[in-house]
Amino acid sequence: MNIPMALRLARRELRGGLRGFYVLLICLALGVAAIAAVGTVRESIARGLQEEGSVLLGGDALLQFTYRQADEEERAWIASVADEASEVFDFRSMVVVGEERALTQVKAVDDLYPIYGTVTLEPQIPLEQALAGNGAALAPVLADRLGLRVGDIFALGAKEFRLTAILESVPDDAGGGFGLGPPSLVRAEALEGSGLLQPGTLFETEYRLSLPEGSNLAALQAEAIALFRDKGVRWRDSRNGAPGLRVFVDRLSSFLVLVGLAGLAVGGIGVAAAVRSYLEAKTEVIATLKTLGAESRTIFLAYLFQIGVLSMVGILLGVALGALAPVALASFIESNLPLPARVAIYPPPLIEATVYGALTALLFTLWPLARTQEVRAASLFRDAVSPSRAIPRPGLLVAMGGVLAMLVGLSAYLSGIPTLAVWAAAGIIGALAALAAVALAARRLSRRLALLRAVRGRTALRLALGSVGGPGGEAVSVVLSLGLGLSVLAAVGQIDSNLRASIANELPEVAPSYFVVDIQNDQIGGFLDRTTGDPQVSRVETAPMLRGIITRINDVPAREAAGSHWVLEGDRGVTYSAKPTENTIITEGEWWPEDYSGPPQMSFAAEEGAEMGLKLGDMVTVNILGRDITAEITSFREVDFSTAGIGFILSMNPGALAGAPHTHIATVYADEEAEAPLLRDLARAYPNVTAIHVRDAITRVSEVLASLATAITYGALATLVTGGFVLIGAAAAGTRMRTFEAAVLKTIGAVRRQILLSFALRSALLGFAAGVVAVVVGAVAGWAVMTWVMEVDYSFEPVSALLIVTGGILATLIAGLVFVWGPMTARPAQVLRARE
Amino acid sequence: MAEPVLSLNNIGLTLAGNAGAVEILHDISLNVERGETLGLVGPSGSGKSSLLMLMGGLERATSGQISALGRDLSALGEDALARFRREHMGVVFQSFHLIPTMTALENVATPLELAGHADAFDRAEAELIAVGLGARVGHYPGQMSGGEQQRVALARAAATRPDILLADEPTGNLDGANGAAIMDLLFGLRDRHGATLVLVTHAPELANRCDRVVRLEDGRIVADSARKAAE
Repeated sequence: MNIPMALRLARRELRGGLRGFYVLLICLALGVAAIAAVGTVRESIARGLQEEGSVLLGGDALLQFTYRQADEEERAWIASVADEASEVFDFRSMVVVGEERALTQVKAVDDLYPIYGTVTLEPQIPLEQALAGNGAALAPVLADRLGLRVGDIFALGAKEFRLTAILESVPDDAGGGFGLGPPSLVRAEALEGSGLLQPGTLFETEYRLSLPEGSNLAALQAEAIALFRDKGVRWRDSRNGAPGLRVFVDRLSSFLVLVGLAGLAVGGIGVAAAVRSYLEAKTEVIATLKTLGAESRTIFLAYLFQIGVLSMVGILLGVALGALAPVALASFIESNLPLPARVAIYPPPLIEATVYGALTALLFTLWPLARTQEVRAASLFRDAVSPSRAIPRPGLLVAMGGVLAMLVGLSAYLSGIPTLAVWAAAGIIGALAALAAVALAARRLSRRLALLRAVRGRTALRLALGSVGGPGGEAVSVVLSLGLGLSVLAAVGQIDSNLRASIANELPEVAPSYFVVDIQNDQIGGFLDRTTGDPQVSRVETAPMLRGIITRINDVPAREAAGSHWVLEGDRGVTYSAKPTENTIITEGEWWPEDYSGPPQMSFAAEEGAEMGLKLGDMVTVNILGRDITAEITSFREVDFSTAGIGFILSMNPGALAGAPHTHIATVYADEEAEAPLLRDLARAYPNVTAIHVRDAITRVSEVLASLATAITYGALATLVTGGFVLIGAAAAGTRMRTFEAAVLKTIGAVRRQILLSFALRSALLGFAAGVVAVVVGAVAGWAVMTWVMEVDYSFEPVSALLIVTGGILATLIAGLVFVWGPMTARPAQVLRARE
Repeated sequence: MAEPVLSLNNIGLTLAGNAGAVEILHDISLNVERGETLGLVGPSGSGKSSLLMLMGGLERATSGQISALGRDLSALGEDALARFRREHMGVVFQSFHLIPTMTALENVATPLELAGHADAFDRAEAELIAVGLGARVGHYPGQMSGGEQQRVALARAAATRPDILLADEPTGNLDGANGAAIMDLLFGLRDRHGATLVLVTHAPELANRCDRVVRLEDGRIVADSARKAAE
């Protein structure tokens, strides 16, 4: 091997410029640009969230208490570390206007609120003025829904408020995550007499702290956690003002990067096709170099260098595009995102995209480059039509395996969702393998069909079948390039439609009409009378409800004993019951006797218990309203969260929770026409009670899912666009061959209609094959996600599948027919003479 | 006197090249009689192949008129020319010009199919057997030698029993033995089917086998053995 010689050869060959490499450049540039752009936007949001941390949080730090206010000790600690602290009560309630009512998320604030940032009101009056007396500000959607105008009166609980302004925005809104009710803002002391915020009511108290300059947030967090964690205190600070949002943005962008990698894989097919086609054109050069004594490895290196340089050009184009596009659209992005973004050029995402691009280019270049090593000079001369199918030498295969492992490993590491990344990579590789297998099968099938007697006489069809099935055809590259993009789209289509169907059709059938919270002990009797006495109410379930946080398991801190399971994150609903409810299925152990009065016992959700490694006899400590209760797990039971009914992870014997203030929750299953009068009656009788209309909540969830699906569909479309370019590249590369075929066919008597039909048929056949594989891959992916991730039934969705197949056929037809003009108009003599 | 199979009157051909228009043929007039074997000879670039392409309707003359079997080829459109060739002509090229994605059998059957023969494949197979390739019907061009490919091309040209066979240096890419075998086959086909054969060649021994030899130089006919005989 002569590296300097290889470099010299590469340099000389590069004099040819970029001719023949436009598809390679476009493929790499598009794939890299998509990943770089997603990464840049992600980084911009991350910086925005970081810089705006204090405003997003509404303070330098936030202490959150569930179900209670801070106690003396906690207040003393807050006073010792903070310059000032604002207290806000956050809870759900109903805004009532006459017969109309709507769910809202109430922020009951003190006069220090907001410590940072500003509340935007319409009309633009000071917050102090707006909330004076019984003044309140409501979100525009809430005011619109209830037909309220500034100056109108509405009720919250048992008290009347006056709408003084429309609440355009609150500074700490983005940190709150997914909420079912639009926000409303009142002064905390104005709630007195409203009947809201009674003991046992579901509410949170938030203390936003303004800390002295230079406070060590990490040290303060550690101190707060050490002192108060077991009392259920949660800490957030300006280093990550909106953790839920940050995680959501990170996850979504990671997912989009994975979709982008699928696009890059499609681009890789284009790269491989371009390199293959380029080397075919270089056959004589390679043969000549071999004749002159160049070693195979030297030639291999020379072309590897050459393709490497060209790939870097494509990658740098992509990086530039991916970095500049978000910057060019900065004002649009910043004004349209519901969260702060500091759009600029950030090196990390660009480096990430460059590395992905380089590894992909290398991976897809090695195989076609192997031809230069494997094929003898003499056979190269005769190999122009039927390329060698030699498997590369083991060393090269190992190198390819290494590059692939690096690519997958890197995406797993950088995405932060390694399992999904590995599955996505397996999916992409599996899809490519399936597509390659189908392409080869389609070739064989076409070959066989072309020989059938039934096809004889149908010249255009036989020509098309013969072309698809014959050597040197474009079946593999077309099916691969189009198929992968369509597969991603098909998978998104199947998952999206199944999820929507599941939420829109199946859930409402089993879900209750209302989910009612904050029913006081003295209200539960009347509540049951009204609901069970209604003939249009088919079922009512109630349960006592407390909130608690699992702090220890077998006297070991819970997180050490069971890891970071979601059950341990924050507080959970806790109920009690003397006997199991009617539908309870005990999977292990036994429920306590009805009159049990011994030490606390607990029934734990079976699935979550198993995930956390719990077993019968384990001692679980739960902090409820600042009091530790340690109970023995005496049974496990099935809990079904999929029906939106009542489901508690933790249920205890009544004696264990005796005396703890609590409320009741209820689910009411009613006919649709009975829902409105029922709500009216309940709200009138129990103004403090909050009823969540499940149908509205489902709609809200559906909307969120729809926007997620849209984002992912855009990602998939980017993949498809890359596939389109690869397809056009394949069609362009095949133009010379088609021109020749058309000339020969004209010579032996074919008219243009027959030739055109044959070309169109071969494109349609390949598009059909790609579409069918994409539908199968999409269905398998959809089934896997619905069955294993969403744990709901999967049913094949035919409409999107049909669109995919049709799209596949149309895409190949268009790409093929774009390049048909030349072959159709060329004079046979000119074409054939040029090949003499 | 019978109408000529091919009649060329004052034919001129100018093609656009990189350095401007190039005059390929000037004022060519020529009649080819039914059953005649005509050899076109001359140095490289003299316009022999271009003249053959004009006779096959594969190229359009810039001036003059070409008739084949009484049909004015210059008046026919692209598709009409294709139909005419389908029914009346067979063409053999120096570089064979087989379609690489088709087997030998499919290559030969295609013109028969285009001409609407229901038994296209049976006839194609018989043609291949006749040129000694009965064992190679399922092979692709890339799997055959140059001599074999040219035999397939011959079978393809002859399959529709054309009135006119046009051959452009059919042995140009073949060695002596293969070239001789191909010529024997070509003349054999002509003899069996009574077609008119127009042959472009550099080889004097091939030209000598023709009834008549026309020599071109710089796009003009400089010698015509038929005229010479008449004179």
